[in-house]
Amino acid sequence: MKKYYQKEIETASREEIIKMQSEKLIKQVRHVYDNVPYYRKLMEERGVCPEDIRSLEDISRLPFLCKDDLREAYPYGLLGTDLKKCVRIQSTSGTTGKRVVAFYTQKDVDLWEECCARAIVAAGGSDEDVCHVAYGYGLFTGGAGLHGGAHKVGCLTLPMSSGNTDRQIQFMMDMGSTILCCTPSYAAYLGEAMAEQNIRPEENKLKAGIFGAEPWTEEMRRSIEKSLGIKAYDIYGLTETSGPGVAFECEEQSGMHINEDHFYAEIIDPETGEVLPEGSKGELVLTSLDKEAFPLLRYRTRDICILSRKKCSCGRTHVKMTKPMGRSDDMLIIRGVNVFPSQIETVLLKMGYLPNYQIEIDRKNNTDTFDVYVEMSSAQMSDKISDIQKKEKDIETSMRAMLGISPKIHLVPIKSIARSEGKAVRVVDRRKLNE
Amino acid sequence: MNREVKEMTITQISVYMENKPGKLAEIVSELSKAGINIRAMSLADTSDFGLVRLIVSDLNKARDILQGMTLVFCNKVLAVEMDDKSGALSVILNALNEGDVNVEYMYAFVGKQPYSAYAVMQVDDMEKAEKILENRKIRMLCEEDLINFTVSD
Repeated sequence: MKKYYQKEIETASREEIIKMQSEKLIKQVRHVYDNVPYYRKLMEERGVCPEDIRSLEDISRLPFLCKDDLREAYPYGLLGTDLKKCVRIQSTSGTTGKRVVAFYTQKDVDLWEECCARAIVAAGGSDEDVCHVAYGYGLFTGGAGLHGGAHKVGCLTLPMSSGNTDRQIQFMMDMGSTILCCTPSYAAYLGEAMAEQNIRPEENKLKAGIFGAEPWTEEMRRSIEKSLGIKAYDIYGLTETSGPGVAFECEEQSGMHINEDHFYAEIIDPETGEVLPEGSKGELVLTSLDKEAFPLLRYRTRDICILSRKKCSCGRTHVKMTKPMGRSDDMLIIRGVNVFPSQIETVLLKMGYLPNYQIEIDRKNNTDTFDVYVEMSSAQMSDKISDIQKKEKDIETSMRAMLGISPKIHLVPIKSIARSEGKAVRVVDRRKLNE
Repeated sequence: MNREVKEMTITQISVYMENKPGKLAEIVSELSKAGINIRAMSLADTSDFGLVRLIVSDLNKARDILQGMTLVFCNKVLAVEMDDKSGALSVILNALNEGDVNVEYMYAFVGKQPYSAYAVMQVDDMEKAEKILENRKIRMLCEEDLINFTVSD
């Protein structure tokens, strides 16, 4: 069985990778400058021309692109080729504003699918496998990306799309699916549904899962792995840069290798835009080095993570990113400390609480107050106030270890936190109201 | 006799309550709508929340109602009968103290029977406490006593 989809690229030396990236970057900047008036204008405003970009270090001279630019340039403003050369569009759901529409030439599609193929092979996939793709098909990149990747690897591909759980389980059992691709929450749901049908984990043929497109925690990973009897791998990507496959996990399950031959990754301070040294936590900025139709330079993903070039036991040399620890747009700064709701969720799940909580921040006497309301279940209820207070203290201690500052924890009955459209309202920041 | 030895405890319902106006009234009113009589009650509070501990005439019915409203917790507690006179409680507490039993919380109420009073208590060692009180011939209420409580006089 092959360990890598493209061994030479995936295990290239650092020098080779840097050389490859420099050459591609110089070419790509020229391509964008010549073909994308929107970005050329941004460059001109900064006084940068393509000749200024002679190596990777020069990238910091280029302007950033952010989601607002994509909205402003919608639909064709960032197109890098003739529409005639484009063969496909994919799009985001557009739930947070105007949707992002990304264009692909045939070469773009091929490279994207190659990235996904690398992820499938890293999860142990080969042409012997039955790849069950339960990401949504359609405009969403999840289904299309993994579907294409599975084809490239030569898996028997099941284009299940999402939903219809009974049918998913039936195909999974009848066709002997070995690799499951879907969102982590749907994987967890499938695990529960199978348990309800009295199908034990060892009865299915699944060995691996490739899960992404939404945040999930290590605790969720362990519980999915147990309920389905598989090894669960993370995959990262966004429509703006092609879709899933920007980065993927290997057998080490300790961060995702970014496909550096196609993407150049930087970490910046989300406040100042300053590029941070390796190992710093900050916002991930991606430059697509090969894309023809939708060639974004220095795109701010708003995902907060850390990059590491530590040697990986899998033999891959491409830089690893941690699972996004949150989004720069939902980061809270409390008493000067960066706090992400996802960190709070991690602590709660680890301690056996439901991830139903509400963060309340206010400013009193020039100091931020930081309160977290956590729903508790009947199993955690007691007849003694001291028991409940001890539980609160225990959570405070764990939060302090995770965040560096300690919130005041309030345990409240289940279902008492306000919900909007079924989702709990996570953050109430009263400081903003006083401004 | 044998039966009395086995059932010397009663079940208490503890109810979690937000420390906000009207919450207690809400709970009590739901119980009254269902015709449930509250035999004894205590309210412990912090700045955030309160715990209402209840001894009621119909445990199962009360539990069903309260569970639909908030978090509830049921556990066994001792309800000790004593004379309604000075020093009676002291005898009981001294006995427990000598036996090295710690009282975690307690609330008391006066009975309908003339000259009797009751203390509901939670202790750190239930079995030991029962034995100590039994040896001293101190009567403890069982679930059945609770149901018939109002009719006896």
